[in-house]
Formats: sequence, structure tokens, C-alpha cells
Amino acid sequence: MTHADIVAALKEKFPSGVLSTLEFRGEHTVMVLKSSLAAVLQECRDSLGFEALIDITTIDQMGSDPRFEIVYELYSYTSNLSLRIKSATSEDEAEFPSVTSVWPAANWHEREAYDMMGVRFSGHPELKRILMWEGYPFFPLRKEFPLAGKASEMPDVAFTDAAPLQGGPFITSPGAGDTVTREPRAKGA
Amino acid sequence: MNTGTLEIPGGLILPPRQHPSQDGLRLTGEPPVPSLADAQTAASMAYDSKIEGNVIFTRLDASINWMRKNSLWPMPMGLACCAIELMAAGASRFDISRFGMEVMRFSPRQSDVMIVAGTVTYKMALAVKRIYDQMAEPKWVIAMGACASSGGMYRSYAVLQGIDRLLPVDVYISGCPPRPEALLEGLMRLQRKIETEHSFVAQKKEVLESLMA
Repeated sequence: MTHADIVAALKEKFPSGVLSTLEFRGEHTVMVLKSSLAAVLQECRDSLGFEALIDITTIDQMGSDPRFEIVYELYSYTSNLSLRIKSATSEDEAEFPSVTSVWPAANWHEREAYDMMGVRFSGHPELKRILMWEGYPFFPLRKEFPLAGKASEMPDVAFTDAAPLQGGPFITSPGAGDTVTREPRAKGA
Repeated sequence: MNTGTLEIPGGLILPPRQHPSQDGLRLTGEPPVPSLADAQTAASMAYDSKIEGNVIFTRLDASINWMRKNSLWPMPMGLACCAIELMAAGASRFDISRFGMEVMRFSPRQSDVMIVAGTVTYKMALAVKRIYDQMAEPKWVIAMGACASSGGMYRSYAVLQGIDRLLPVDVYISGCPPRPEALLEGLMRLQRKIETEHSFVAQKKEVLESLMA
């Protein structure tokens, strides 16, 4: 089985669910409609042999609609193939179906996506924050969240303050001529 | 038996030393009335200058600080990679025990100095504060490395920008992570700082605060 076979099988089974496919440097990405995302992932697991869920990440495309994208990195040990499934949702209904029943590994990945991006997962057994503490009021990886952070206060649990950036962020200039201009430093905004 | 007399520069001559059990009279007769000579004998036996050395006069502050600084028991608050260097400082190559600081106590109630070694996240910050509060006075804090001193490279929403925003820090150690020698130098600087402190006035902060309240 090759990547082409897999993409063709998905297109045949979900003619309206698969929105587009992309191949870039040997990596294959399938863009899927949100309503058929759960069925596509179940198909990948049951029929196409992707028994491992490597990672779940989310992207904030602020300013465009749909705003949030979700990325599933799948891997098949039997055919030694990788596959990337992507889907998108608007900010108003920032919720995806949970795949914890398909891959148990999704549990903590989805909790991290919820913690950092504020995307919810319907059907998740225990959807609570995993890195920040319960009660932290922000979602730090959203684009509108400043790099320095925001002040918050939760008595007896934790507090946060905005970090002093002092002219930062500290930016590296990889192509610059000498090491002084190349090294990370505050280059003004 | 030693029959010589002990001559004191003031002119007083003490009688020969005798151990009570070697005095046959005491064992058989009535208890003797204590005389001045008996008291002097007892005193000369309770303190033997040949064994115990000389009396030292000093300031109370100096002696208390001397005792404190030479048995600093650290609370190893290892939070990140600096803790690896902290462990190296305790191992044989660098041997922190040469300075009387090797008794790493994982119980805050037995510790004198908290070595904050590593990145203090906001999630951990109040736990560090709580452990510091559990330590008995007198207590000191060392911020080991860039992260504990200033947040280091983590100018971030998740990292406390220096443990001195929560605790009074006595010594900052630079480095990312600092070498074990730097930690030893920091501890020796803390010892020098303790030497100059007013041992009661400066240290009993919480006691004074509780009296004021």
C-alpha cells in the first residue's frame, strides 16, 4: 500500500468529506470536512492500518474564517507510512469530535490542545487543562495572547505576571554577515 | 599517684588532685563536711585545662554566626537542569562537604538554606514559597542560575521572572547552568554574609512579626 492508494481510498469512501489533498516533499496531507472528520479518522484506524496517533496540534489562523485548524499526525507500523489529516472550524463553534475512543493516546493530546488553544473536544472523558492550572483564564497559544503573557491571580493556587520584554522579543538573524548581527537580540519592533 | 601541687599565677596553691573513689576515708567514715579545699579539688577536676584547652572570650554574635555558617544544611529545590550541577557539587569530584554543607535535607524543617536550582514556573511558584515558609528561622535563599535569578531565557507567560519576586534572596549565582565551583563560591559568599549578620536582630523576622501582630 502506498500513499496514493490511501488517498484514493479516502476520496472514494468520502467523496464529499475530503476537501483537498496535498503532497509536499513526500508528506501527504488530507483536508477533511469537520462533519466527516470522526468517520475519516475511524476509517484510517480500522481499514487503512494507521494504528498509531503520533500527535495532535492546532493552528490559529487569526483573521480568517474558519479560524482554528486541527492536525492529526498518523503513522502505520505495518506499511511504514505517515499521513496528515487536517480539519478546520470557526471560532464560534471551536469544537472537534474526540478520538479518544479510536486512539487512547489522543486523551492527553486533546487536553493539551484545549489548554493551549481553547479548542474543545466533544466526547472527551476528562477535558481539563493539562499544563496550566484549572482556573487559568487565558489560552496562551492563541494569536491575540501577547508573548509576555498577562497578569492573573488565583489565590492559593498560582498567579502570573507579564514578563518584562525590554525591547524584545529576541530575534535571530540567521543570514546576517557577522556573528554580532546574527545572534539573538532585541531588534526593535 | 600524682602528689604534686598545682600552682596558679595568682599565688593560690591547690592541693594535690585526688579522685574521690581513691579516697578511702570517704568510703568508710561519715560524709565529710565540704570544705573549701574539697570544692577546689572538685573544680580542678571538672575543668582540666590540659585536656579541654583554654577559655575563649568572644562576642555572642560571632560565636553564633560561626556555628551557623559552618553547618549550613541545604534544601535542594531542584527544578531543572541546574539541579544536575547541584548534584555534581555534592558528588566526590567537587565535594561540597569540605565546607560543611553536604547534609542535603529533603525536609524543609531541617534545612537552613534553600538552593533554588532551576526554572520556577508559575505553577510551581507557590509550592516553592510554601516550602520556604516551612523552613525554620534562621534561613537563607540562594538563587542558582539565570532562571531562578531572573527568569533566564524564558521571557514567557509561564515562568516566574526571578524567585526574588517571592522570596528574599541572599546570593545570586550566574550561569546557565552554573558550574559546581560557582555554587561552592556562592555558598562561601553566603558564609561570609552570615559572619557579618546580627544573629538575633536580623534573623528572627517571623518571630518579630508575630510579636508585632
